[in-house]
Amino acid sequence: MPQNASAGRGPISVGHLSPDLTRELYRHMRTARDLDTEAIALQRQGVFPAYVSVRGQEAAQVGSAAALDPGRDFVFPTYREMAAAQAHGVDMVGYMASHRALWHGGLYDVSASRFGAVNAVVGGPVPHAVGWAVGERLSGADGVALAYFGDGASSEGDVHESMNFAGVYGAPVVFFCQNNQWALSVPNDRQVAGGSISARAQGYGMPGVLVDGNDVGAVHAAASEAVARARRGEGPTLIEALTYRVEPHSTSDDPGRYRGDTETERWRRRDPVTLLREAILAAGHADESALAETDTAALEEAVRIRDGVAAAPEPDGAELFTHVYRGSTEELARQRRTWQEEVEP
Amino acid sequence: MTELIEHTTATATGPTVELSMQQALNRALRTLLSEDGETLVFGEDVGALGGVFRVTDGLQKEFGADRVFDTPLAESAIMGMSVGLAMNGWRPVPELQFDGFAYPAVDQIVNQVARMNYRTRGTVPMPVTLRLPSFGGIQAPEHHGESLEALFAHTPGLKVAVPSDPGEAYRLLLQSVRCDDPVVFMEPKARYWDRRPVELGEPADPVGTSRIVRPGRHGTLIAWGAMVHRCLQVAELAAEDGVDLEVLDLRWLSPLDTEGLAASVRRTKRAVVVHEAPLTAGLGAEVATRVTDACFGDLAAPVQRVTGFDVPYPAGPLEPQYLPTADRVLLAVQRTLEY
Repeated sequence: MPQNASAGRGPISVGHLSPDLTRELYRHMRTARDLDTEAIALQRQGVFPAYVSVRGQEAAQVGSAAALDPGRDFVFPTYREMAAAQAHGVDMVGYMASHRALWHGGLYDVSASRFGAVNAVVGGPVPHAVGWAVGERLSGADGVALAYFGDGASSEGDVHESMNFAGVYGAPVVFFCQNNQWALSVPNDRQVAGGSISARAQGYGMPGVLVDGNDVGAVHAAASEAVARARRGEGPTLIEALTYRVEPHSTSDDPGRYRGDTETERWRRRDPVTLLREAILAAGHADESALAETDTAALEEAVRIRDGVAAAPEPDGAELFTHVYRGSTEELARQRRTWQEEVEP
Repeated sequence: MTELIEHTTATATGPTVELSMQQALNRALRTLLSEDGETLVFGEDVGALGGVFRVTDGLQKEFGADRVFDTPLAESAIMGMSVGLAMNGWRPVPELQFDGFAYPAVDQIVNQVARMNYRTRGTVPMPVTLRLPSFGGIQAPEHHGESLEALFAHTPGLKVAVPSDPGEAYRLLLQSVRCDDPVVFMEPKARYWDRRPVELGEPADPVGTSRIVRPGRHGTLIAWGAMVHRCLQVAELAAEDGVDLEVLDLRWLSPLDTEGLAASVRRTKRAVVVHEAPLTAGLGAEVATRVTDACFGDLAAPVQRVTGFDVPYPAGPLEPQYLPTADRVLLAVQRTLEY
């Protein structure tokens, strides 16, 4: 565990962070929490076909994303990185459009946001981070790539290949594993041989850091150190943020079939948003009324995003054909005519 | 093999030199690396060694180890890294050493490279050209003689090119790398050492067009890669019996040149498609269907397919019995003539 880490129990500390930063972290985490709640409601109302909750992982995501320079660095997410997107400044209506199934990758501008498209192949985007980072070094720039993946994806060959490539090339990558302890229905002890994901870093010639993923101050410190190290040209770092998926894998899941309530309830009580709120008050970074104002603003923002995505227009059917290639092909043009004649509403 | 005169439709102009396909590809890569500072060549053993087929010979020395570099041995990461490089503005030209080793990278090729432009609604193009030494004919070990074109041609978002001679290799590689869509560039290993005069000019034919390498009146042989030469042999043999066969080099397997196929078969009224890959669900089925749809009223016989058998690619001594032989193609031609 790095300095300032809470070791997974008791209160957390934010004394090492500036008040402005802690209030910003709180605003993002609170917004993500409220948006998560709204998203689950939208799924219940039939607006979203399904949703994957980030509840309980807000500190891991916001703490790491906030360590990046959103104008310089690039994030490679998979599909459960809503709080990271929020903290990185992504257009969240466009992000949540992916959950409404308006477009698989989401409707935000990947290049402008410097936040990769939503990707359902866990582990798949991790080598993209390495390629981006190698390219960054080749052009003499100092941006850092941060790749998110989970304990499940830590078993994927792509993750191992990527860590090896990054180690060999000394690429500026932060491999950020959110170990939420459940890969759908499979727990860590059936997923992670050797018992530690961060320990694997040694084999790839990079530092491996285990951090309390519900302690946003500790996550931010670990991520900042890894980002600075990468930016200095000293290569990649693997961070394992130990957290917990308190909600089902997705709204289609039934966790009662594979885990008991006791463990989940224990982790619910160790709520990262509550921990940060208490730490801010303890550090004197804000008072109750200031935090209440932030709560109100966060809820308003979540509602704005919710209403925006619920009201977003469905894509036109012609878009089926638009982006397969940079231009069309004769065959696609022919198939588009078939669609127009036989399918178009 | 007998040298045959080719009638190419390409009208490129440039200096003519005699090169093998492997040397022509090397020249094309040099041209590409010279003209665009964002082009990168990488893969297993492409640096100091110059590639196992020497296609990248001397490139690292000429362009530096930043732009021509070796990777660790992991095909999926090579293709995944290509995605990230493209996202950062580079134009990656990765090599996977042999056809069969593309299978470990299929997730990145199919799920990522092919779809990123679509997934991002055109905001993140993937100008990636995967160079893939392909097909059989050199008595290589297992997984070194595979024909994956149907898989790639079946994948929306990918383009697929297959050169059949050195000049084509030069021009098609220039086109593929300059294309902003991802291209799987399948190099027929059996033709790497085929030397011919090459015109080092600009490609003249658009992406997605086929070419007639030998005009004829009585039937069209449709092929790509090394099978183009098999078909030219067959045409020579058939000519001895007064049968005048046209040979069409499809060369772009995606997009498919339906018009070019139809134009040829409308004239000749008969078609035989020849490929190394197994029969069932092979690209020959798609070609036959398109030709039949376009030319049904003109066809004098059903389109014939002469292909590899539906078996795993065999070891050396059996290879010549697996690959379409001249006799099998001639028998298929005969079936169309006697129908």
